[in-house]
Amino acid sequence: MSTLVWIVLPYACLAVFVAGHVWRWRHDQFGWTTHTSQLLENRLLRLGSPLFHLGAFGVIGGHAMGLLVPASWTAAAGVSEHTYHLVSVTGGTITGVMLVAGLALLIARRFVSGRIRRVTTTMDRILYAAMAAMVVLGMSGTVVINLLGDGYDYRETLAVWFRGIFWLRPDPALMSDAPLVFQLHAIGGFLFLALWPFTRLVHVWSAPLAYLWRPYVVYRGRRTPAPAAQPAPAAVRKVVTPSS
Amino acid sequence: MRIRAQVAMVMNLDKCIGCHTCSVTCKQTWTNREGTEYVWFNNVETKPGIGYPKHYEDQDRWKGGWKLDTKGRLVLRGGGRAKRLSRIFANPDLPAIDDYYEPATFDKDILVNAPAGLKDTPVKQPYSKLTGEPMSIEWGANWEDSLGGDSGKDDPNFRNMVEKVTFEFEKTFMFHLPRICEHCLNPACVSACPSGAMYKREEDGIVLVDQDRCRGWRMCVSACPYKKVYVNHATGKAEKCTLCFPRIEAGQPTICSETCVGRLRYLGILWYDEEAVLAAASVPEEELLDAQRAVFLDPFDPDVQRAAREAGHPEEWIEAAKASPVWKLISEYRIALPLHPEYRTLPMVWYVPPLSPVLDAAGAAGRDDTNADDIFHTIDDLRIPVAYLASLFTAGDTAAAGGVLMKLAAMRAYMRARTLDGTVAQELLDGIGMTGAQVEAMYRLLAIAKYDERYVIPAAHRGQAAALEELGGCSLDGEGGPGMGGGGRVPVTIASRRNP
Ligand code: HEM
Ligand code: SF4
Ligand code: SF4
Repeated sequence: MSTLVWIVLPYACLAVFVAGHVWRWRHDQFGWTTHTSQLLENRLLRLGSPLFHLGAFGVIGGHAMGLLVPASWTAAAGVSEHTYHLVSVTGGTITGVMLVAGLALLIARRFVSGRIRRVTTTMDRILYAAMAAMVVLGMSGTVVINLLGDGYDYRETLAVWFRGIFWLRPDPALMSDAPLVFQLHAIGGFLFLALWPFTRLVHVWSAPLAYLWRPYVVYRGRRTPAPAAQPAPAAVRKVVTPSS
Repeated sequence: MRIRAQVAMVMNLDKCIGCHTCSVTCKQTWTNREGTEYVWFNNVETKPGIGYPKHYEDQDRWKGGWKLDTKGRLVLRGGGRAKRLSRIFANPDLPAIDDYYEPATFDKDILVNAPAGLKDTPVKQPYSKLTGEPMSIEWGANWEDSLGGDSGKDDPNFRNMVEKVTFEFEKTFMFHLPRICEHCLNPACVSACPSGAMYKREEDGIVLVDQDRCRGWRMCVSACPYKKVYVNHATGKAEKCTLCFPRIEAGQPTICSETCVGRLRYLGILWYDEEAVLAAASVPEEELLDAQRAVFLDPFDPDVQRAAREAGHPEEWIEAAKASPVWKLISEYRIALPLHPEYRTLPMVWYVPPLSPVLDAAGAAGRDDTNADDIFHTIDDLRIPVAYLASLFTAGDTAAAGGVLMKLAAMRAYMRARTLDGTVAQELLDGIGMTGAQVEAMYRLLAIAKYDERYVIPAAHRGQAAALEELGGCSLDGEGGPGMGGGGRVPVTIASRRNP
């Protein structure tokens, strides 16, 4: 059981994540879009979308810092446990609040505005449910256990297991004693990655950074062969009504 | 010099009767799909009026087109690259659907299924195409038709005029303005597209959106000062007028031109120097009109012809450029003017301004609108219609706009004298600096030119792209995309599938 959840599941999800993106990229360029809905609803999006995105960048950055950087490195760099805690709690709180507020606005918008409700796809619903679940699990882990409760040192356990997946040496024992919310958040995270390529989140990989260097006007040649020239109407008229 | 060909259009506004045939045939061809209900690649608006979408000419609000920065460099009005990317998550300069209008449909079944013997006539209720709910129709792409409503006084062009416009004048003139994408030489939409999905075609200058590469950043919509890029809300991608490229490639006019009831549209090619575009777009406002004209190259100049040949342009195109009605109206007779040259996109749909506002003003002032002198005086001293036209077509230069109107008035008077009593009104010719032969040719082109003279479109050279044949597939052929069909690859489009 433990092997299944902490070894097989993560690899399966990562495989779906990679294969899903390859498949979608090759077969669904036309669906590869943010699927903007600002045209239909502007007021809530103007506030919600920037809050959500900036929050998401912060949260993603925070996860990268917490999961990928071993505690021994930060210690070696002379960052005390206290400083690390301070930075991660402050940063986490600010970006977390932004993410939650933004997500709440984006979800509210999908219910409140009839125009938006009508264009919301099943995949959108799944995505918002998944994101909301992830946020709730993550926040309750941090707030209930680490801020109010006894605390759980994920850097020596969860993070080590997580990195082990990429070193091909995942140790399920590190996870079996983790508090339930952290276990669920970790499982949920991998399932979320498996969902990613099939949602509008693919737009993340198209972040248009190249625009910063590109010349303004793009010229491009026609890529399909030209059709045969059509006869002029006068010629057609002659054929249809031959003059005597 | 880098010589390129541009398929350009001229519309002669005096002949537009505002019938909207062009809009309807265009819509049937390109935008009668889910997600594009509100989209009119071709729309006809009544001027004065706020237009479609509302107030689109108000660039303080929508930040479309280009401007010169304090150092005199050309920048997008919406800001530099980094600034616009920083606002990508919610675009502050994007018109909302209500700035266009809420598309509606009608429940027609109620008429068919109404039981016999009703006391009242059954009425069909409009339903929103966005929500499916009953709605009342409060605006449309053409709400102001023939000065309907009282929004005309809010026309952004009045803001640019020093002349005091009283609301009274509104009764004195109006005209129709058909608009399509301008297929600009310096397209702001292309320049603002973060993913590089929009491009200007090398062969004919048509500006297109690659439906497979558009990622829905919707920056192009704000950047276009004419608001001629639209978001398809069903596919999440940008769409725009294609200048009916499949027809143009086959040597046929666009659908709007083909079906134009007033026969007022002209299509032809222009040679231009791509390397001169940026400089021409960057001159001070009062020089813009001349600078834009100067980008076009004379198709009769042997040096230009040689350059075109060396650049690999087919012989047929070199001949077609010489016969181009567009070149004649813009550069030879100099009676066609660009719409809002001050947007600095170098638009490629030009307009012969209407004389009717001047004739209306002459009539309203108790003058004789068939008398050349009275018309000239009206152009000179009744500033309002001329200043208004100048705000539309010459970046406010009333002398330039007045000059074109003088030519049109002189042509009418000259031809009247010529036809009625066979006299040649030399003083009229001297006044506008044209020869009798020129004026008669101009008259012929404006009044009676046949199909083949109005549309001189060389078919795309098959060799031009044959080498790339194996790349296959038209990029506009997506499910729900403009130009669906073509077969081959079937897109899956998970995230854009709707719930039933
Ligand atoms: C990499 C840079 C990113 C850019 C430039 C970007 C840009 C955008 C844009 C333009 C929209 C469309 C908003 C609209 O007009 O409706 C959007 C929507 C969205 N983005 Fe991003 N995004 C980025 C990264 C992310 C990330 C990292 C996430 C989350 C993991 C994310 C999640 C979403 C979601 C859920 C929506 C849909 C919002 C809605 O309509 O409800 N994006 N994004
Ligand atoms: S008019 Fe057409 S080419 Fe010009 S900026 Fe607008 S969409 Fe682009
Ligand atoms: S079809 Fe021609 S005459 Fe009719 S509205 Fe369009 S441009 Fe004007």
